[in-house]
Amino acid sequence: MTKPGNVARTVMLDGLQELIDALLGRGYTVFGPTVVDGVIDYRPITSVTQLPQGWGDVQDNASYRLRRRDDDAVFAFACGAQSAKPVLFPADELLWRARLGGAEPEIERAVDDKPAPPYAFLGLRSCDLAAIGIHDRVLSSRQFGDTHYALRREDTLIVAVTCTDPAGTCFCVSMDTGPVPRSGFDLAVTELYADGPHRFVVEAGTPRGEELLDQVASTAASDEDLVAAERVGAEAAARMGRVLDGTNLKDLLYDNTESPVWDDVASRCLRCTNCTLVCPTCFCTSITDASDLTGTTAERHRVWDSCFSEEYSYIHGGAVRESGRSRYRQWMTHKLAAWHDQFGSSGCVGCGRCITWCPAAIDITAEVAELRRLAEQRQRPQEARP
Amino acid sequence: MTTDQTSAVQMTNDHKVGAQRKPTLAVWKFASCDGCQLTLLNCEDELLSIAGAVDIAYFPEATRAVAEGPYDVSLVEGSITTPHDAERIREVRAMSGTLVTIGACATAGGIQALRNLTDVYEFRSIVYAHPEYVQTLDRSTPIAAHVDVDLELRGCPIDKGQLLETLAALLAGRKPRIPTYSVCVECKKRNNVCVAVAHGTPCLGPVTQAGCGALCPSFSRGCYGCFGPQDSANLPAMTDRLRAQGMREPEVVRLYRTFNTGAEAFRAESARVATHPAAAHPAASTQTTRGSAEEAPA
Repeated sequence: MTKPGNVARTVMLDGLQELIDALLGRGYTVFGPTVVDGVIDYRPITSVTQLPQGWGDVQDNASYRLRRRDDDAVFAFACGAQSAKPVLFPADELLWRARLGGAEPEIERAVDDKPAPPYAFLGLRSCDLAAIGIHDRVLSSRQFGDTHYALRREDTLIVAVTCTDPAGTCFCVSMDTGPVPRSGFDLAVTELYADGPHRFVVEAGTPRGEELLDQVASTAASDEDLVAAERVGAEAAARMGRVLDGTNLKDLLYDNTESPVWDDVASRCLRCTNCTLVCPTCFCTSITDASDLTGTTAERHRVWDSCFSEEYSYIHGGAVRESGRSRYRQWMTHKLAAWHDQFGSSGCVGCGRCITWCPAAIDITAEVAELRRLAEQRQRPQEARP
Repeated sequence: MTTDQTSAVQMTNDHKVGAQRKPTLAVWKFASCDGCQLTLLNCEDELLSIAGAVDIAYFPEATRAVAEGPYDVSLVEGSITTPHDAERIREVRAMSGTLVTIGACATAGGIQALRNLTDVYEFRSIVYAHPEYVQTLDRSTPIAAHVDVDLELRGCPIDKGQLLETLAALLAGRKPRIPTYSVCVECKKRNNVCVAVAHGTPCLGPVTQAGCGALCPSFSRGCYGCFGPQDSANLPAMTDRLRAQGMREPEVVRLYRTFNTGAEAFRAESARVATHPAAAHPAASTQTTRGSAEEAPA
């Protein structure tokens, strides 16, 4: 796992606390995994005791359950309920506020209620790391960047972890994004809890990460630890709960816009928007303006939007995509096909959240498989009829 | 009969902030519990701003002082359940500039629309010693079934924030931001954990219109559908999921038949499930959920 030239050290649980302390000491708000209301999700933390020690998860279509592990692992769960998106790209972003005091309105750069930046993430998965890479490309590398995202992102420090116990809805191997973090991190942690003492192999990916690692009690990672770290990553890769067959996927979607699959999935789809809101790469937003009762204060907000809502495609005269069929097709075709043309990669990182958190139990990997099966059946009518 | 929201905006263009005369506000009650009117009175921090921005000209719940109509804005609570009210709402419409209906009663007929499913005259004869003195209609209907309505605020009761937003928008001559998407959007905005997926709690959030701020799920309860169906509600798919979570047909029917029993999407689906309890959703009967096991072990 460790890249040649990267510093790799072995750290104990106490060292992880020293890492958190070092981050807090540098002014970071540290988002780490913690048990919240029956799930593991990222929240501001200050102590290793807040990590989900001894907790794992069971994820399947429309179902998420915590489970007690028979070890003391702190990172042995699959992806959290949400990714880094709600932190780096908030659901409701106050863009500016204007006040009418004197003759001219004063426009102020809004101070919102979000936790104070800079942010550090502890325990982010490689799927979510890949999603941040996509957001960087979509939101801040193009001609008209998203200033709020770029500012928040610029100072963000990332401590990634190797996923050691993927869930039933995971398919990062299919999307080539995991389960081992390869780039985009300051530090990458691999937790070793199966044999020997409970320990963490930590690799520095940036000078900033290396400098941070120097503040933590550690020993040079032994060859055995490096081998063990590589092994747990490889073992996790072999335990993906789902597969998404990417063969000619773009063409498959572009060529099958009239497939009966869309009608079938639309009959089950609730148009609730959950898939897009938990997707770590979905970035559609709407701009809303509001004024108060006295007419002296106005605010402009950027809020999450979803291609599954009717208002999303509303233009003069009505909504362009009125049917559930057209909305699901739009979402999946953009995510898995048009994204390549637009941004040079797939829009899916294989985190499986859209499967777990779809209350209607719709599975994107199964829909792709069905689309492919029907397309192939149509191409080979002889074979399809026994 | 709801007219486009833009007409509501146009009607107030002549009394924006700064104009000499403050717009007049009237609050009307039909068949209802007064809870939505109380939402207005509960705007404690904002009441002074409201009183500063509009003349509260008719609001018997709050004051005996009555100013003659016509009124610039009328808030109408309650449903139409009597011949007298069916006449009175026409008078209210005639003397109102912008007419905004507030709450599940005014927008869908309310809990009292349960009468629509049965014989109200039989009830009347059981409850009252002299039923001949009680004049009532056999159905409870929303205001929009009788007169043109400019804007509807859903909910049982309505949301204070949506009411203030509507008043602020009418005063500014802009369109109110009243989203018609699902409650799920509000849950995700609040970073709530999904009670349906993570706890297995039956929840009407996916088919219910936002507006409450996801109040019940924020307290780990399933949504009861107080705000009525969202703009693209797929009720048969919802029924399938409620069944998958272990609900039996009578429970499903009862869930749809509460404050918004008269809302068309809820009415139609509850009737379908009640009439054909064993018949699954047409699409669901021919296919199973793709992928692996439906529900993971707890």
